[in-house]
Amino acid sequence: MKAPDFAYARPASLDEALALLAAHGGDAVPLAGGQSLITTLNMRLAAPALLVDLNAIPGLAGISEADGVVRIGAMTRHRDVGTDPLVRERLPLLAAALPHIAHPAIRNRGTIGGSVALADPATEWPACCLAGEATIVVRGPQAERRIAAENFFLGLYTTALEPGEIVTAVEFPVPGPDAVWGFEELSRRHGDYALAGLAATARRGAGGLTGVRLAFFGLADRPVLARAAAAAIEAGDVKGAQGALSGELDPPEDPALRPATRLHLARVILGRVAGRMLDKPAQDGVPHAV
Amino acid sequence: MPSDAPDRDTAVAREHAVSFTLNGERVRCQVPARTHLGDLLRGTFGLTGVHLGCEHGVCGACTVLVDGRAVRACLMLGVQAEGATIETVEGLSESGRIRDLQDAFHARNALQCGYCTPGMLVTAAELLAECAGEIPSREAIRAAISGNYCRCTGYHAIVDAIATTAEARAARETAE
Repeated sequence: MKAPDFAYARPASLDEALALLAAHGGDAVPLAGGQSLITTLNMRLAAPALLVDLNAIPGLAGISEADGVVRIGAMTRHRDVGTDPLVRERLPLLAAALPHIAHPAIRNRGTIGGSVALADPATEWPACCLAGEATIVVRGPQAERRIAAENFFLGLYTTALEPGEIVTAVEFPVPGPDAVWGFEELSRRHGDYALAGLAATARRGAGGLTGVRLAFFGLADRPVLARAAAAAIEAGDVKGAQGALSGELDPPEDPALRPATRLHLARVILGRVAGRMLDKPAQDGVPHAV
Repeated sequence: MPSDAPDRDTAVAREHAVSFTLNGERVRCQVPARTHLGDLLRGTFGLTGVHLGCEHGVCGACTVLVDGRAVRACLMLGVQAEGATIETVEGLSESGRIRDLQDAFHARNALQCGYCTPGMLVTAAELLAECAGEIPSREAIRAAISGNYCRCTGYHAIVDAIATTAEARAARETAE
């Protein structure tokens, strides 16, 4: 289908973009990579009066490191995030997630800021932000706000962004030398939405894993940190962690996949990821009948 | 305003002037904001090799190169072409750059109805350019074309054609 009629502006600065959003209120939406927004326009699921294109604003894309933090500009394309040498060295979790994000042509155009602002619960970057303890940097007409990923993703396509605010960057603390990570995603077809996904980080020492963060996606209305399961992994109890998931994840009713099956898949990928982080064989088997 | 300032259109409007490089030629036109790049290329420039299948980013038939990268023409607005270098399957084939790939598709019978073929060729062209003489695995080829639907061939012949082209290019580079 064809998109409905709308106006378009391509501001040359962030201030100009924020002013346009403020002036047009809820009738205006920012356009980042457009790989979800233009889809919804073509399908006539949205009808904004004005698109404010962020693509010509200098300084919104790019990756840099300072003071133990890797800053990824919001308009950095998926592909540029995952292939960047700095990201590959410092944040290998993100590089591992990249091939799971849709297809090459989408990754060439879609942006990390757009993905984070959209907050599709089945997508990779929001879960990576949770696992990697990222800070989402947003700018509004008045000021900049810095929001921890744990406080940013609030529900289905719902974030802590206020009307008129734009995500400007995502900042990840550089993991220490003892950091380990894991990423797993199951989908029906290559590049399709996740049936179940997991982005995980931890520190590995002589006594096992500490600081385990398990960010599941595709399993609820938002990416979810499974804290009880993480505590069980820290205690070295993978089976216990798999069992704990039923109390932490509430997979949606979906005609294509029963919630119990989705939960089963979550346990399977947790077994794989935990095995890898513990440097032991994967424990794909599940403790309970589902 | 100095006269040599770039002609930046930052106004709010339902229609904009755009100028960009299309298959090696500088072009200018007016385009409504709501028109996606695929419709602009087909309607205004007659480049009907840009096939429109799903128009929501799933099928890959409309894939074109924007600044050297494969992009869905249905998921980019025509007005966003401003300043870009865009190549369609027409440009790629007329320049001879993918002659070997086209020959391999022909030889291997890697198409039946042909609807997906322009998108497949453009996607494969990006993959082959990125490989720069390295031979991608069949798995890598499958991952690269995973966003391009073909409902006729079952993909095997397409993977064969891309693999054959990669091997031939690598062999040529070694020989040179």
